[in-house]
Formats: sequence, C-alpha cells, structure tokens
Amino acid sequence: MIQELTQEKAALIDRNQVSDSPLTEDQEIYKENIIDYYKHPRNKEELHACTVKHREINPLCGDDITLYLKIEKEKITKATFMGKGCAISQASVSLLTEKLQGMSVNEAKKLSKEDIFAMLGIPISFVRMKCALLSLKTLSNGLGETQ
Amino acid sequence: MKQNLQNKAADFPILNQKVNGKRLVYLDNSATTQKPRAVIQAITGYYENDNANVHRGVHELSMRASIAYEKAHEVVADFIGAAPEEIIFTKGTTESLNLLASVLGRSLKANDEILISQMEHHSNLVPWQQIAKEKGAKLSVIPLTKDYRLDMNKAKQLINKNTKIVAVCHVSNVLGTINPIKELAALAHKVGARIVVDAAQSVPHMKVNVKDLDCDFLAFSAHKMLGPTGIGVLYGKRQLLEKMEPYQYGGGMIQEVSIEKTTWNELPWKFEAGTPNIAGAIGLAKAIEYLQSIGMEKVQKYTEVLTAYALAELKKIKGVKIIGPANTKDRGAVVSFTVEGIHPHDIGEILNQEGVAIRGGNHCAMPLMACLGINGTNRASFHIYNTKEDIDILIKAIKKAQRTFK
Repeated sequence: MIQELTQEKAALIDRNQVSDSPLTEDQEIYKENIIDYYKHPRNKEELHACTVKHREINPLCGDDITLYLKIEKEKITKATFMGKGCAISQASVSLLTEKLQGMSVNEAKKLSKEDIFAMLGIPISFVRMKCALLSLKTLSNGLGETQ
Repeated sequence: MKQNLQNKAADFPILNQKVNGKRLVYLDNSATTQKPRAVIQAITGYYENDNANVHRGVHELSMRASIAYEKAHEVVADFIGAAPEEIIFTKGTTESLNLLASVLGRSLKANDEILISQMEHHSNLVPWQQIAKEKGAKLSVIPLTKDYRLDMNKAKQLINKNTKIVAVCHVSNVLGTINPIKELAALAHKVGARIVVDAAQSVPHMKVNVKDLDCDFLAFSAHKMLGPTGIGVLYGKRQLLEKMEPYQYGGGMIQEVSIEKTTWNELPWKFEAGTPNIAGAIGLAKAIEYLQSIGMEKVQKYTEVLTAYALAELKKIKGVKIIGPANTKDRGAVVSFTVEGIHPHDIGEILNQEGVAIRGGNHCAMPLMACLGINGTNRASFHIYNTKEDIDILIKAIKKAQRTFK
C-alpha cells in the first residue's frame, strides 16, 4: 500500500535527489571554518581569574554559552567560553573570543549584529539568527552587568 | 482501502511544492499536520456563504452557522465515543489543560497531590506545577523505565489517598510511547482521583474511545489531525463537567445575568465564553469526516508501517541513536533520534536544504530531556500522506549531514 502511494506521488511531482555533491555557494552555511570552530573550539575553557562571567541560553534550542572576560585597564586581555549547542552558536562564540582579545571594553560594547554576521561569513536564515547572535547577547549582557 | 490511500498526497495542495529546489518532504506532523483540500474548502465555504455569529440571531446566516457549529460538537463526540454536551471547544490542547488546572485546581488543598509523568509536554506540566504551587499541593512524577515507558510499579506506589489528579499524555510527543491509560485510570479511580489525558498525539493517529479508556478528561488539538489551528477539544464526563465552575465568563456561557448574580448556561456552552472559533469548528469536523472516510484503524496501520521502516533504516546509520521504544509495539508515529556530534538544529538546517522538514530541539519537554541527559533530539513524525520514499530521502539527508560534519 505504501508502494502504491509512492508511485502516485512520484507521478505528481518530481522525485527528490539528495546529491552527493557538496552544498552550493549560497547554501554554504556549514563552511569549513564553521565546522572547524565547532569541532575544535578555540578558547573553550573556564577562566577562574575573570572580571566578567555571564551565561545566556536559547531555551528553544538548548544553546548554552558562558563567557569569561578578563578586563585590565578597560581592555579585554583574555576571553574564553564554555558552552554547548549547535555549530552556529558555538562557532560564533569561539570566533568572538578571538576577536575580543585585546579589544577595549568600549569597542566591545559597540559590536553589532552585522559585525557578528561578517565574522561568521555565512548566510544566516531567519530561524538561525538566535543561534548566531547568542554570543553577542552574552557579551552585551555580561558587559552591561559591569556598569 | 487501496482506492482511499492511493490519493492521499494529492489531497494536500501544500505538498505539491519545492523547497530549496527539492520536493517538500514534510515529516513534522507531531508539530502540526497539513490540511486536505476538503478542510480548506470547508473553511473558505463557511466564510463565503454562511458567516454569522452563533446562537445569537434568528436570521438565516446565524441559523446556518449555529447548526454547523453544533453539528461539529456532534461529529467530535461521535469520533471519540462521547456525548455532544461533553465536547467543549477550546483554542487547543494547551487551553483545554489550562482550563482543567484552573477549574479543578480551585478545590485543591495543601497536601493534596497531582501526579504527572516525566514525559509530559510543558502544556501538561506547567499548568499543574503552577496550581500546585498556588495551593500548596504536591506535584509528583511517574519516572521512566530504561525502555522509555512509564514505570507502572512506581506509578502504583505514587498513587495514594492524597492523589486528586493524575495527568498524563496518551502518546509522548518525543518518545512515541503509548501509555497504558486504562490501567492508570483504574488506579486513579480506586483512590477517587480524576484522570486527565493529553491526547494531542493519539487522537490524530489512532482510534480513541473515551468510554473504553474510562478517562475523566481528554484534550486534543485540531491542527495535529489535519484540521485548522486555533481550535481544540476538551472532553469531560458529563457528571463532572456539570459540577465544575466555569473557566471564563462572558457572552454565550450564561443563562441569566443581573447586576448581583449570574447563572450558567447548560453544557457544553457553560465552558465556551465569547464568540467561538466557528470556522475552526467546521474545519475540525471536516478533518474528522476525512479521517473517518479512511478509518482510524487504517490510519494507524499505515503510519505504523512507516514508523517501523523509519526505525529500521535509522538503526542502520552509525552514530544515530533512537530515543524511544525500539519497536512499534505500543508506539505512535513519532521517531526521535540523535546524531552523534551534530546538534539537532544543524541536522534540521541541512535537511531543510534537501527539502526535508523535521523538528529539532527539546520539543517542549525540558524535564524529559534533562532526565535523558540530552540537549535535544531530532524528530520525524508521519501521517497519511507520507511514504517510504519520504523516509529514504530523510535517511540520505542525514548521511549528507554526517558527511558535512566529518
């Protein structure tokens, strides 16, 4: 009976083809460096001697980020994170910790969504915005607490 | 049966489209199902021809709308083995359960107990948690066994003379487990407790008879059973509903109002304050007629074959773990799984690029995820328009995700 339905549908609409080829340019959300930062995250460690420690989660998808910042003379001298979640959220925060190294607190506060998208360098769809921007939210709210 | 099933995909206009250049493979039916043309046309037809408020006017349109709206209660009642006055229309399962928590909760006292299970959707958990907190009542939880079923030995120990309400899902929206409602109902009734059944995932897929289950209350949503969003059902035993106070106040639910006092309308209208979702009720009735034209036994059998096939194919993929009972015995058409090293949202994203729609995340069941020690699952769920070919595409797309993350 399932076979019959399959044939009926196939006659109606094109068959799907899941190709073996890599994703095309405009689909390429999982660029090599995103996967690399996800599987081998940079700066993923707890920082006990930190000035700022802040955690944010995306309740719907379970992305979870804790950001640690060491601030000396208004300058971020070390940034690390701990977390779990999807490749986009985790690559985003890992990349961000690298970007924050040596940045002044004022500069860090000025980081925008666009800066994060540029840093990731991949197309982010509407539903993945929260994944990509959890890192920025953690940073902004973490720095906000210091005031 | 052949004739019926052959044409099902063609009955659903939305399926005839491409997503990211690929045929849409819709496997997110536990979240919401697609709607057959008959349902869409019933709703459009109502707005084009019969739209009026119900139970208010003596004019022709109001009469037509009222007849159709009341008929919808009869259709639902017949579908689940209830009487029409036992069928209350709500916004959906969530509102049905909130109604119960709110109204049944009023008479709870300190030390009374509400028993839920570890596998509840937030909608059958948070309302009870909050009313328990307000009344100083205790919220207890039936734990799971290793094979993702309710631990009935523990359930027997947990149900005691203080237990007032037992609220469990019929079919888990994550695990697919079908729970032994009859047995739980008997245990609850033995101590004078009421049993509330979240049937959001069972009524759309299998024959459910409230008399057979002997449940006191049962809730489900139209949109998970080929009907529209924004309408759902609360079934309650007549003698219980009669004794209950209303949930909301307003037009339609009253009998007589003076500045000093109000008396309530008869069932089910006592629980339907305000202008109801008339088009939704008509859409729901049409969806039920559509399902009945196939037969619920056949619907269940059909989706069970797909579930068995999906379980078998998923098991073949290295790194994939099924989160739920391993076979189709007492199991609904929902298959949750994890893929080692890849978060459910990343799986969902790559599947979407192949035109495949599944759900990823915690499925509104955070306490279940916590107990299983996982961060979320991928979930494929089936209905009457899905095929083995759909599952083949799902499997290929999962393998593609694994290659991407290699």
